[in-house]
Amino acid sequence: MDLAVVVLIQVLYAVAGLVIVSAGLAVIFGMMKVINLAHGEFMMLGAYATLGAHQLGLNLWLAMLVVAPLAVGAVGVLLERLVVRRLYGRMVDTMLATWGLSLLLVGIVTSVMGNTTAGVSAPLGSFAVGAYSVSGYTLVIIAVAVVLALTIRWVLLRTPWGLIARGTMQKPEMANALGIHPGRVYATTFAVGAALSGLAGGLLAPLTGVVPTMGGAFVAKAFITVIGGGPAILAGLVGASSLFGAINQLATFLTTPVLGEVALLLAAIVMLRLLPQGITGRFFKGSL
Amino acid sequence: MDRRSFLKSSSAALAGSSATLLPLAAMAADDIVVGSIHDLSGGLDIYGKPMADCMTLAVEELNAAGGLLGRKLKLATYDPQSNMQLYAQFAQQSALKDKAAVVMGGITSASREVIRPVLGRHKALYFYNTQYEGGVCDRNTFCTGVTPAQTVAKLIPYAMKKWGKKVYVVAADYNYGQITSQWVKKFVQEQGGSVASIDFFPLDVTNFGPTISKIEAAKPDMIVSALVGGSHIAFYRQWAAAGLNKKIPLASTTFAGGNEHIVLSPAECDGFLVSYNYFQSLDTPQNKAFKERFYKRFGADYPNITELAMGTYQGFKLWAEGVKKAGSLDRLKVIAALESGVSIDGPSGKVSIDPETHHCVLNVSIAEVRNKQLSIVETFQQQKPLDTSAVCNLKKNPNDNQQYVIKA
Repeated sequence: MDLAVVVLIQVLYAVAGLVIVSAGLAVIFGMMKVINLAHGEFMMLGAYATLGAHQLGLNLWLAMLVVAPLAVGAVGVLLERLVVRRLYGRMVDTMLATWGLSLLLVGIVTSVMGNTTAGVSAPLGSFAVGAYSVSGYTLVIIAVAVVLALTIRWVLLRTPWGLIARGTMQKPEMANALGIHPGRVYATTFAVGAALSGLAGGLLAPLTGVVPTMGGAFVAKAFITVIGGGPAILAGLVGASSLFGAINQLATFLTTPVLGEVALLLAAIVMLRLLPQGITGRFFKGSL
Repeated sequence: MDRRSFLKSSSAALAGSSATLLPLAAMAADDIVVGSIHDLSGGLDIYGKPMADCMTLAVEELNAAGGLLGRKLKLATYDPQSNMQLYAQFAQQSALKDKAAVVMGGITSASREVIRPVLGRHKALYFYNTQYEGGVCDRNTFCTGVTPAQTVAKLIPYAMKKWGKKVYVVAADYNYGQITSQWVKKFVQEQGGSVASIDFFPLDVTNFGPTISKIEAAKPDMIVSALVGGSHIAFYRQWAAAGLNKKIPLASTTFAGGNEHIVLSPAECDGFLVSYNYFQSLDTPQNKAFKERFYKRFGADYPNITELAMGTYQGFKLWAEGVKKAGSLDRLKVIAALESGVSIDGPSGKVSIDPETHHCVLNVSIAEVRNKQLSIVETFQQQKPLDTSAVCNLKKNPNDNQQYVIKA
């Protein structure tokens, strides 16, 4: 019984982790069709922003939940202005450009911060579930993922900005004819995507070692999740995260961590063979 | 700018920058060249930088004392940038272009196996100064780092006596972790204990949640970790976040090698046990004098003088001792001199070459992590490389040239 609860918490945690790691990419890649290979580096910047703010004496929660997204959002604005703006509609070119950006960001951070692992300890301590202990921070990650998904849904469905953003992504010419400046909408959306990636980096900082190259461990999983999700970004994000997170975690429990990773990738391959458009290409059509 | 002028100017710039990288032009003709190939950038630089610093210090000290055989030494340093192709290229340059009297370098076992054959082919003496999994048997190569029979063999019985007989192993999923975990298993069983499970992790795994629950379910008396690199620090973080570092103790064959004990907070890792040849807290006159010289050269705020850095310093000293004894730089004469049983009084204690294996007999200590420091709890004098000597005898088979994979 205890074990069942612990497994359930761990599965939810894995799902939540994928949602958080992939949310920024779902916006930038899923909505805007920019293949952002610098996604992992945006997360890395978020982690460093959290660390820096915390070392300057700021409360850790503020550093994670406020400073990280704001800082990376600002970087997003800058990079959109300088690079990404020129490449909308040219998917393959965005891939090359953002790959270059990711190398550049790793290089800059390495020369400033050094190639050493840093980090902060996870707050909140642990609580007992029968004979097992679970880190309290695990529940924070799950809660943040739920809030994040609900917020994205609310913004896209219930606010004028969401409507404008969705409309502009679908038909920029029409949005323009209605008096909306598509360039500005693109810039804002990219910044929001970057900020979400920064938030993910901030939240992960206490769980992983913070190194300039840490992004590499997450970027592949984020792409698999977003592509597996298909065209509806939010339903796809949550659906694919649930599927892959659960498979990964259960396989890890039953076998070894290596086979857990293999099971995730295998599931993704099989799923894309059966559903080439992703989960929401077949199910939940027309949802968000 | 057209393409031709771009190519011209960029190749000129490249030539200019590489000329400054290679210190060849400045070398006087009769200086003895010592090759140093350590990663100073890329993922492994955290290990490589202290090693290169120790190389610099050792050469400077020897020059200040008059050099070797009446000649000055010149260090030819290369940075392979954690890239295996560059290792091969730089090993070749060291051997053929610099005609280095000895080449010291290589950090991971993979990089060692890249440069070892290159240096063997070009007849350049090679020193590998890193702790590793053991088994290299090659007359042209000297391995001065500790091997599992020296560290794991002491750490496991000590920890088991203190904590109990049921052991859970977590290890990095490549040859170091695979082989070392087999050694752990062997020593646990020799002590009458049992291994609950051995779990391997790819180097980029950062989520250890399921494993931690599995460990709890197995209820071991202690954990042995052979985890490697930045991502795996997450294990110690999540282990502490689940409150388990207070319940189940941990010993490690790799912890603190990359200064993990400074990165993590004392609350997360106090009480961990590790075992190496050198700790900067060693209380000997030689070590005190060494630390004074080291801090004077590189600054008093140097975070930690690592095991690998000391291996490099002592490896260089052993080579210099061999040259003095041989009275020549001739490779075969130096090897013969080293095989006659050269030893030095290093900061870690007496270190001598084991003639049959080209490994070292040296002191090994067990230390406990306490408040970002490593406090020594027990020291074992003059440990022999028994793992390698079980399979390798270069006195009998001087032409042997391979790495034995030891079956534990």
